[in-house]
Amino acid sequence: MTGTYSGVPRWLLAVAVVGALFLVVPLGAIVLRVDWARFGELVSSDSSRAALLLSLQTSATSTVLCVLFGVPMAFALARTRFRGQRVLRALVLLPLVLPPVVGGIALLYTFGRQGLLGESLRVVGVDIAFSTAAVVLAQTFVALPFLVLSLEGALRTAGTRFETVAATLGARPTTVLRRVSLPLVGPGIVSGAVLSFARALGEFGATLTFAGSLQGVTRTLPLEIYLQRETDPDAAVALSLVLVAVAVLVVAVAHRIHEGSTQ
Amino acid sequence: MSRRLSLLVGGVVVLSLTACGSTSPTTDATLNVYAAASLQAPFENIAGEFEADHPEVRVQLNFAGSADLATQIIAGAPAEVFASADAATMERVAAEGLLASTPRTFATNTLTIAVAAENPLGIDSLESLSNPDVSTVLCAPQVPCGAAAEAVQKFSGIPIEPVSEEGSVTDVLGKVSSGQADAGLVYVTDVQAAGGAVESVPFDAAGQAVNAYPIAVTGSGGELAQAFVDLVTAPPGQEILSAYGFGEPDQ
Amino acid sequence: MSLRCSARIETRNFDVRFSLSAGETVAVMGPNGAGKSTLLGVLAGLLRPDSGSAALDGRTLYDDDAWLAPHVRGIALLAQDALLFPHLSVLENVAFGPRSAGVPRSAARQAALRWLREVDADDLAQRRPANLSGGQAQRVAVARALAAEPALLLLDEPLAALDISMAPLLRRTLRRVLAGRSAIIVTHDIVDALLLADRVVIIDGGRIVEEGPTRSVLERPRSSFAAGLAGVNLLTGATIPGGLLTPSGIQLAALQDQDFPPGEEAAAVFSPRAVSVHRLRPTGSPRNVLPVTITDLEQHGARTTVRAGHLSAEITTASAAELDLLPGAEVYFSVKSAEVSIYLR
Repeated sequence: MTGTYSGVPRWLLAVAVVGALFLVVPLGAIVLRVDWARFGELVSSDSSRAALLLSLQTSATSTVLCVLFGVPMAFALARTRFRGQRVLRALVLLPLVLPPVVGGIALLYTFGRQGLLGESLRVVGVDIAFSTAAVVLAQTFVALPFLVLSLEGALRTAGTRFETVAATLGARPTTVLRRVSLPLVGPGIVSGAVLSFARALGEFGATLTFAGSLQGVTRTLPLEIYLQRETDPDAAVALSLVLVAVAVLVVAVAHRIHEGSTQ
Repeated sequence: MSRRLSLLVGGVVVLSLTACGSTSPTTDATLNVYAAASLQAPFENIAGEFEADHPEVRVQLNFAGSADLATQIIAGAPAEVFASADAATMERVAAEGLLASTPRTFATNTLTIAVAAENPLGIDSLESLSNPDVSTVLCAPQVPCGAAAEAVQKFSGIPIEPVSEEGSVTDVLGKVSSGQADAGLVYVTDVQAAGGAVESVPFDAAGQAVNAYPIAVTGSGGELAQAFVDLVTAPPGQEILSAYGFGEPDQ
Repeated sequence: MSLRCSARIETRNFDVRFSLSAGETVAVMGPNGAGKSTLLGVLAGLLRPDSGSAALDGRTLYDDDAWLAPHVRGIALLAQDALLFPHLSVLENVAFGPRSAGVPRSAARQAALRWLREVDADDLAQRRPANLSGGQAQRVAVARALAAEPALLLLDEPLAALDISMAPLLRRTLRRVLAGRSAIIVTHDIVDALLLADRVVIIDGGRIVEEGPTRSVLERPRSSFAAGLAGVNLLTGATIPGGLLTPSGIQLAALQDQDFPPGEEAAAVFSPRAVSVHRLRPTGSPRNVLPVTITDLEQHGARTTVRAGHLSAEITTASAAELDLLPGAEVYFSVKSAEVSIYLR
């Protein structure tokens, strides 16, 4: 307790407590429901291990894609002006509010075998239907806006004063980007990437709709949980806890990075 | 001012909580029927018949995957009738001592090959699905349609390498109707329900994996629940089920 | 090196024609929003004018067809804030310009050290910008701008953000490094104009309203802004212990934090409001007393400005009447030594 006056009315805190309980209690419920005697066995079964491994691999890959494409997108949105920019920003951020299953359907009709690009891709011998690549696409689709949004915010907060100075010192735009802009918003990129990773890890709807579900190929941890629930709810609960643990870890890392950048 | 505001906020919270909590609007009597998703169309029909016979009763239907429903019932959901898509799931509920009547088989369903409309690849048998150029989607073995697909493969001796093992029949149908997959093994009734987007190719071994649908009165059910079960198993119910492609119980 | 430029920006009501000869430092002064920073922005390549052209050493910076990007102009900009890159050490900050020009790392560091030494900041080389005082940071920023070896240096109120006690030190550094260098310095402080620049340009309402050698603009102001600046009393001469001696033999005592070596060229500045006017030579308190002849009286309501050549005093109209002041009258101006600031030139 610090002795400073907060000015927050008590009733507001009471409502806040209700809201917090609403978020925290379900997590506790999962922990209470775990069959600890079988926990190790449940989370280390072949299918569980395959799902966890696939989830980590695909999420890491889509995070890399998010950084590769999201960083340029954030710069374009935050640092340049062009016609239709506002509309484009709204469209780019749409997957944030879109139900993932809608994203899955959209991907299906884009990259699917009879989709807009899928047919052409098939002609050149690329068939992503039911492949791990499809999972990565679905995850990138839903996670990319997180990186763009958080980095665009960081770029706007940072402003362009340092970039201006760097340019008048004779640095080419690419040099300015590499030596000034990127290091300055580095924490923003990392926390955006962490958020994207978390979102990719939790991706379910778009993957199920677009990529299918096959052990070791397209069945990520959320899909495995969904399937296990049918026959072995204990396994589903145990795997849920694993996912919660990974998510907590990710949030903690992101928080730490954020703290570090604001000091 | 702040007191009035806090009362208002408190009221909103209470209201919204009660709104979230109420699942069934109260009429004279409500009958809660939990049924497998594949039963949606015939059961809506049968419920209509039932309400015509019992004007004071409102049938509240809850459709979902059988396993989901079983989980809900075990967790205390107020089901009075449970119609499952397979015996194993019904067993899970029975094992918890939550059944008030012996399960009765009221319908059967057989697998069929679902292909795109007009069957562009000319798939005509289970053997076609073992061709590696044909991408086939199955249900995962954990769900009833997947268990049936496994049985069919075992009996026919034809191994199928699926490109995906989906968690539900609708997901399998979706993959076929969208053209992502060339074929899928689903129930006859599912193809019928899907309309013109997919076509059914029957195959011989299908008879080896007939799926039986059991129905039972659950713990909280009474006379009305029994009456509903009776209607489903009696000729009027059976005719409706048959119209939607379900087979008659032969045991 | 020489610069000539013209620029018109419709939306900012900016229309300026400007030139700078080799090695010349020009002070740009004017009210807020007059267009001083716009001029710097146009030259640095941060703003593209609607029309006009500019050339530096015969190289076109922009005209109606062409436009050079900031990084190829060879024009460095030093702003009010030091804006040192927070993720780089002081040395790396200063080495930034040479590195950007393709100088190998070790050579760039050598150059950076040399420039840090030039601004007396070589002991800060390994520090992070976050650990520098405002004055130190601005000193490093000067070194960083110079290390880029710009053909033209732009300074946008480089001393404005500094603590009043830090400004003189950096001003002297600037005076040293700007000598013989082409530079444009935007400033609000007449002392900067006087000490750092050869020439002053007054911008008002997006137009150049007056320009000329700093002293003559201050002594014979034609624009109202310059007249306002000229309101400051300014005497030049040489330092003596505790003050300044003008060529005409006037001695001014000043309270100052540091002792300047005697015999240095210096300027003394004090406000007309700090001056009191006496019919008889005042005695007693430690004041500077200057015998003067009134040349002009100017009344603005309750206050009256009493001019005596280049010097002026601002007193209440009531006391002006009481003293029965008239042009031609011989009076004494007195000013407390604490009100007098002395700057080395």
